[in-house]
Amino acid sequence: MPEPSQDPAPGEKIAYLGGGSASSGFFTGLHARLLLFAPYRLFVLLLVEMGFSGRSLVIAIPYLWLLAFFLAPFLIVLKISLAEVIVAQPPYTPLFVFIEDGFIAIQASLENYLFLMEDSLYWKSYVSSLRISLISTILALLIGYPIAYGMIRAPKRWRFALLMMVILPFWTSFLIRVYAWIGILKKEGLLNLALTQLGLISEPLTILNTDIAVFIGIVYSYLPFMILPLYANLEKMDLGLLEAAADLGCRPIKAFWVITVPLSLPGIVAGCFLVFIPALGEFVIPDLLGGSQTLMIGKTLWSEFFNNRDWPLSSAVAVILLLVLVLPIVLFQRMQERSTRAEG
Amino acid sequence: MSDTGATGTAARSSGASATRKRWEPWNDPSERPHVQIANLTKRFGDFVAVDDISLDIYRKEFFSLLGPSGCGKTTLLRMLAGFELPSSGQILLEGEDMSGVPPYERPVNMMFQSYALFPHMNVEKNIAFGLKQDGVPKPEIERRVAEVIEMVQLNAFAKRKPHQLSGGQRQRVALARSLVKKPKMLLLDEPLGALDKNLRTQTQFELMNIQEETGITFVIVTHDQEEAMTVSSRIAVMDHGKIVQVSTPAELYEYPNSRYVADFIGEVNILEGRVDSREGDHLMIQSSEAGCAIQTGPSADEPVGRQVWIAVRPEKLSISLEAPASTPSSTWVNCLAGEVWDIGYLGNLSIYHVKLDNGKMVTATQANMARLIERPITWEDRVYLTWAPDAAVVLLN
Ligand SMILES: Nc1ncnc2c1ncn2[C@@H]1O[C@H](COP(=O)(O)OP(=O)(O)O)[C@@H](O)[C@H]1O
Ligand SMILES: [Mg+2]
Repeated sequence: MPEPSQDPAPGEKIAYLGGGSASSGFFTGLHARLLLFAPYRLFVLLLVEMGFSGRSLVIAIPYLWLLAFFLAPFLIVLKISLAEVIVAQPPYTPLFVFIEDGFIAIQASLENYLFLMEDSLYWKSYVSSLRISLISTILALLIGYPIAYGMIRAPKRWRFALLMMVILPFWTSFLIRVYAWIGILKKEGLLNLALTQLGLISEPLTILNTDIAVFIGIVYSYLPFMILPLYANLEKMDLGLLEAAADLGCRPIKAFWVITVPLSLPGIVAGCFLVFIPALGEFVIPDLLGGSQTLMIGKTLWSEFFNNRDWPLSSAVAVILLLVLVLPIVLFQRMQERSTRAEG
Repeated sequence: MSDTGATGTAARSSGASATRKRWEPWNDPSERPHVQIANLTKRFGDFVAVDDISLDIYRKEFFSLLGPSGCGKTTLLRMLAGFELPSSGQILLEGEDMSGVPPYERPVNMMFQSYALFPHMNVEKNIAFGLKQDGVPKPEIERRVAEVIEMVQLNAFAKRKPHQLSGGQRQRVALARSLVKKPKMLLLDEPLGALDKNLRTQTQFELMNIQEETGITFVIVTHDQEEAMTVSSRIAVMDHGKIVQVSTPAELYEYPNSRYVADFIGEVNILEGRVDSREGDHLMIQSSEAGCAIQTGPSADEPVGRQVWIAVRPEKLSISLEAPASTPSSTWVNCLAGEVWDIGYLGNLSIYHVKLDNGKMVTATQANMARLIERPITWEDRVYLTWAPDAAVVLLN
């Protein structure tokens, strides 16, 4: 990036853009936040140099950004999903074909999508993915809520340590942590060993390569995504409200349901979406911990892509997955906006 | 709203002062205390926040706990509500021991310093909350909520959430919420602390009206002596976890039992001295700080040579340009001589800051009764301050 002292113009232009107009608050805010991000700043500078300027940029730039890094890859995937498999490099038919007289023909078919509907494997995968991520989300909530609540009720001096205990596992590789679960859950693994030693079971349990192992893996991996937003939300709650409730004759357990839970609803929603969305497309956990009968769309996609080398079909799977995810993502965004507005 | 409030208040307070003279349950041995606090102590680790307090509060009292910040007022109140467990001692409510009774089972309600309104419930729901917990039938809840909403004049705001209300309105919701259950005792922790001066004075009178109307025993915490003087039947002055004096506002002002109380309640001049002799029912005090002999009013016997402090309120000093007649200054009694250092003119009152010959500053106030004074007292005038023997109080600590 040019030094401001040598060439003050671009810097000024950026500042001007950041200060933007009041009417497009959302874009101005997004733009201002993204400006802190060096590649984005460079990208803006480039556009300013190309002669784009003023308000239109404030609105256009975030769109262009989304276009470059989200829409373009999506369009490529969409394009591939409309093609057919061939044995070639790349392994699918081109969308545009040049025919003799200089004409260009578009060669697209919805055959892959039709196939997805015909073969029950696919929609079963989607439904199974939804089911597994939904159950995992509920389990994560049931486990994460008491942990987050315990953290805010713990003495202040412990909070940092407790928070670190939640965050610390992130510092090791996700893959290694999932592999570790294999060692714990397998027939002659730690869990079975402990249970037999304690005399609780006589036969080792079969957990690995079942849906239960997948639930354990997902809940374990995504639990911090549940705990952290809940913690952030609960921490803001005035504990005096619980005293006020008690003062008015409300028992502690009831106070939890009528005061704490309703007030933490934004945290619950945020945590659930943060677990549900990535869990839906999860591939590694079902692949390593799940059995052959565990259907998840991420796994199906992987095998179409790498085992069958059917790029068009796996692209179609990905496009549908995205559509399935768009709804919760939009809902999530809507909730987030509403809660920030309520606070502000 | 303020109009009706003010006229109602004026009518009431004149009536109240007449009845209050007779209504003194704390002086009536046949009266049973409503709340008995016995040797109550609260320690936080090594720190003693409430130190061996014993106190009786009577039914329908408007009782104040007054003291500087950090002296343990809130802690005492929280023990009454049940949020803190006493380290030792007892609380009896209508003769019933409250230890082991959790907050949600005590017939006592508290208005929190932060108000602690439930942010997800509207005004009505906030107020109805306590009644709902008791399983009061719905029509009765509605009736009683409407009643208190009327009482605190929030009719127009019943459907609003707390964040849509002003500070003063929130204060009213908090008050209504703690009143609606008709508790045996209402605890108020600095209820007016967050309000601005005007609203505060107005609300003080409204609180008194509500207390009178409902007949609930109020225990209020405050660090504002004026507020305590205005609203209370009796005041307990606290210092470092201990109660220094419990008295009616007038007694507290006229007969403080210590320099701490005299100083805390209103303005006061304190002169240090030693007992010189006893003459009849009064003492003669030698005070180098005053620069004269001091004759006290009728007072208890104290050994000669004992250190005492004489407290004189500024309005009890009369200021004059003329020296007392005849006698040489060494034989003057109850007369301070000095130079006018500063004058505050308040219209109805003038405040004179007088620097005595030994350098001590003394304050005297005088009502401006005549419009024209031939020779008004002014800066650097030599003045003489005198007082009647029984206008001063002898303090031993
Ligand atoms: N939970 C607690 N733990 C430790 N010290 C406390 C606690 N609550 C109050 N204190 C201490 O007790 C003293 C009295 O506090 P408080 O009753 O709130 O005073 P006040 O209401 O008179 O300002 C203060 O010094 C405060 O720091
Ligand atoms: Mg306090």
